[in-house]
Amino acid sequence: MLRRHLPLVLAAAALAAAALAAIAGPAAAQNAEIQNSDWDAVLRAARGQTVYFNAWGGDDRTNAFIRWAGEQTEMRYGVAIRHVKLRDTAEAVARVVAEKAAGKTEDGSVDLIWINGPNLLAMKQQKLLYGPVTQRLPNFRLVDVQGKPATVIDFTLPVDGMAAPWAMAQIVFIYDAARVKEPPRSMAAMLDWAKAHPGRLTHPVVSNFLGATFLKQALYELTPDPAILQQPASDANFAAATAPLWAWYEALKPNLWRGGRQFPANGPAERQLMNDGEIDIMLSFNPNEASGAIADGTLPPSVRSYVLKRGTIGNASFVAIPFNAAHKEGAMVVANFLLSPEAQARMQDPDILGALTVLDLDGLAPADARRFAALPRGAATLSNAELGRPLLEPHPSWMTRIAAEWERRYSR
Amino acid sequence: MGAALQPLSDVPLRLAPPLTLALFLLPVLAGLAGTLLPAFGYLPALGGMHLSLQPWRDLFAWPGLVSALRLTVTSGLLATAIALTLALALAAAAQHSRLLRRAQSALPFLLAPPHAAMAIGFAFLVAPSGWLARLVSPALTGWAQPPDWLILQDPLGLALTCGLVLKEAPYLLLMVLAGLNQIDAERQLIVARSLGYGRLQAWLKVILPQLYPQIRLPVYAVLAFALSVVDVAIILGPGAPPPLGPQILTWASDPDLSRSFTASAAAMLQLGIVLLAIALLRGLEGLASVLGRRRIGDGNRGVLLDLTIPLWRGLAGGIALIAALALLALMLWSCAAAWPWPAALPQRWSLRTWLAQAVALADPLGSTLLIGGLATGAALCLALACLEHEARHGVRPTQRALWLLYLPLLVPQTAFLFGLQVLLVRLGLDGGLLAVTWSHMTFVLPYLFLALADPWRHFDPRLAQTAASLGAGPWRRFLRIKLPLLLRPLLFAAAIGFAVSVGQYLPTLFAGAGRIATLTTEAVTLSGGSNRRILAVFALAQAALPLLGFALALGLPALIHRRRAAMRMPA
Repeated sequence: MLRRHLPLVLAAAALAAAALAAIAGPAAAQNAEIQNSDWDAVLRAARGQTVYFNAWGGDDRTNAFIRWAGEQTEMRYGVAIRHVKLRDTAEAVARVVAEKAAGKTEDGSVDLIWINGPNLLAMKQQKLLYGPVTQRLPNFRLVDVQGKPATVIDFTLPVDGMAAPWAMAQIVFIYDAARVKEPPRSMAAMLDWAKAHPGRLTHPVVSNFLGATFLKQALYELTPDPAILQQPASDANFAAATAPLWAWYEALKPNLWRGGRQFPANGPAERQLMNDGEIDIMLSFNPNEASGAIADGTLPPSVRSYVLKRGTIGNASFVAIPFNAAHKEGAMVVANFLLSPEAQARMQDPDILGALTVLDLDGLAPADARRFAALPRGAATLSNAELGRPLLEPHPSWMTRIAAEWERRYSR
Repeated sequence: MGAALQPLSDVPLRLAPPLTLALFLLPVLAGLAGTLLPAFGYLPALGGMHLSLQPWRDLFAWPGLVSALRLTVTSGLLATAIALTLALALAAAAQHSRLLRRAQSALPFLLAPPHAAMAIGFAFLVAPSGWLARLVSPALTGWAQPPDWLILQDPLGLALTCGLVLKEAPYLLLMVLAGLNQIDAERQLIVARSLGYGRLQAWLKVILPQLYPQIRLPVYAVLAFALSVVDVAIILGPGAPPPLGPQILTWASDPDLSRSFTASAAAMLQLGIVLLAIALLRGLEGLASVLGRRRIGDGNRGVLLDLTIPLWRGLAGGIALIAALALLALMLWSCAAAWPWPAALPQRWSLRTWLAQAVALADPLGSTLLIGGLATGAALCLALACLEHEARHGVRPTQRALWLLYLPLLVPQTAFLFGLQVLLVRLGLDGGLLAVTWSHMTFVLPYLFLALADPWRHFDPRLAQTAASLGAGPWRRFLRIKLPLLLRPLLFAAAIGFAVSVGQYLPTLFAGAGRIATLTTEAVTLSGGSNRRILAVFALAQAALPLLGFALALGLPALIHRRRAAMRMPA
């Protein structure tokens, strides 16, 4: 087993080392005093600004959290947040690209984007981001960049300070214990289970990040050499690496909900199906989703979470500022506030949002650490030990290619 | 008209028709050009310097194209055919009965909820785990679990078709009823019936040939809308592949900007489909009139046809019932605390969702009201100026002018909104209130003008002449005589215009650069998933605003005229 995972472990270690190097360099060069005076200037300039925060708007708990953050930044720093609710993060990227194409290099309409993966890579590559910014955010020092390397390396690529992390995510599966005795703990077992229970499993549509992640999760287990996922996908390696995935999916698809001819639009839509009793197993990027949903009545009390035997993919969510943002200072204030222990503890509260913090809890002041210690753990939430260390996200090109290949094969 | 009625000079009024045309045709024409050029590879801002067919090659290389086209065409044609059949059949089957009057008074309630709200409610109703299934499960069906049936977002687009019919049938019925007012239907029917013709046969042979020209343009507008709809297709249509409308939106918002060219080509393809469908319908009309002319004189009384009357009444009643249940399902979900399958009603009730969403509702509610109010106000002023110009100079718009008026309703929104967005970015107007209001007005004006034109033109000129002979000038006659007498239709037209504005999805998205959120954009964004209770709250708020508008339009005149017995009845 270890032999099989060795390349992965090595890759992880290499990435962590790269991350440390990336952080340590600029951080050491920064003089704390300069940083403080810089931040005071940012705060002064930010006062009175309204930050257009472009974030996926499909989840009402996230929407409510952003609303709360806006109230707080308005009260404390005079920075208001206007949540531009996106159906897909790509919409905001497209808007910035279009503005650049039209020569609008300042006063752009997007101030802050909730982003990661292929979208972040695209914006970085096309030099559409303002920064580096993370070293200018006082609260970034609290981030656990060693224990949570995904906060500085997104989908195998160093973030280079161009985006600030704000939440950790890890795939968990949620099942209804009232209907499912022993949930399948591997993708191979998932296929057997689906054959035995046709129509009771589904995944979000593959153009949605959660749907694509379901396939990536399967790819991790099925591909002959998972280490290859840490390198870019290419015409040379894609077909061979994904052949077992498509064979598996071909067998799975007819046994999915609605015969695999229709898929929920996103995670919340999948959760609604679960609550309506249409499916028995769903996946989520939020380990606290089950407990939170039980609390607000959107899932039955009998649901529980679990992860696969060989681990599940984890990543971080970031916020980034476009190069032409009209309110860069305000956006930085918001990004910094999202990293504050108070905001992070509220975010991790299963009754509020339940997303995992990016902070290093051991490095916090005692009063701040107590905020996290006081958080309840719902009956349907796994302990950190049960969750296990998350698998590293594959290079973004795998996600892009898998989604395109899925569309080529099945969307006609 | 006597010389006394001719004002010496009213330059502003003279300018009204050309100004109106310019204001609402400019965005359409400029937008069309701005979409046509990128469809052939030309858009310098995005690096397209030369004309090429590459966008079309990319479009035809899309694996989902055939399915998307089939879906778009079948749902569009089917929805139009069913809606038109139902509207005509109900008018024929219920001729001067209580049912028709009841239908007439119920129409505003069916017309007011925007397409998106109705579609969301419809989805709540008919999903395999929806309200209908819950009402009869497990008692009648034995379903312990919701059936694994592909009802919503089905690959054939049947749910999409039904969702469109729910909104388009009442609209066409309104147009049919307005058309019937133009012809002396009742007395002609009495003549035909006294010759022994059955009810339906009399209507088909005598009324329909006179009526159809009156409703031709509205039918084309419905056809164009159904073939290019985006919001209803997102909610009720399949996702992989989607109909052409949502796919164009996906391409237009793709970070890979070369996709904008594909989107433009697809939008032009959609325009072609709409034009082709209108031409086809025109051909069918010709065919029907040739065949029909022979049938009209054949003396067939068609009395047996009347046996189908209960069927048509039942179908129309069914549509109204489904629409009402859909709205009721929204209300139940918005006040449900826990409502698991298969409970027929929520197990616990609470206003928590409404209270919790009050803050989130406030912003979009404000923008919806503001934009709707501004767009309706501007359109009302323009329409009034045009109609007054007509009345004072005794001119009537030609058939061609009527086509121009319908232009924004006949061109698919996707075909000109992308070009319009490029233009607005260039002018630095995108994302502003002005741009969104202007784009809304483009759609508000035709509906509002058409609703206002008939009552305005039927205003008894002798009343104005009487006032003129008493020395009242043109503006005094307008303000003191005409406006009060025509207040009821004026407010009704404004309510229609406001409802149209509230329902706009694509124009808000494109002209608002995503920064201006209305109840409609929020509801469509939430419809992808999210908590059904919150979605219900937004959809209901979206439906409530136009309903409130109609209630005001009906209630205000009664309040204002409460001391004038003669004006309490509709003018």
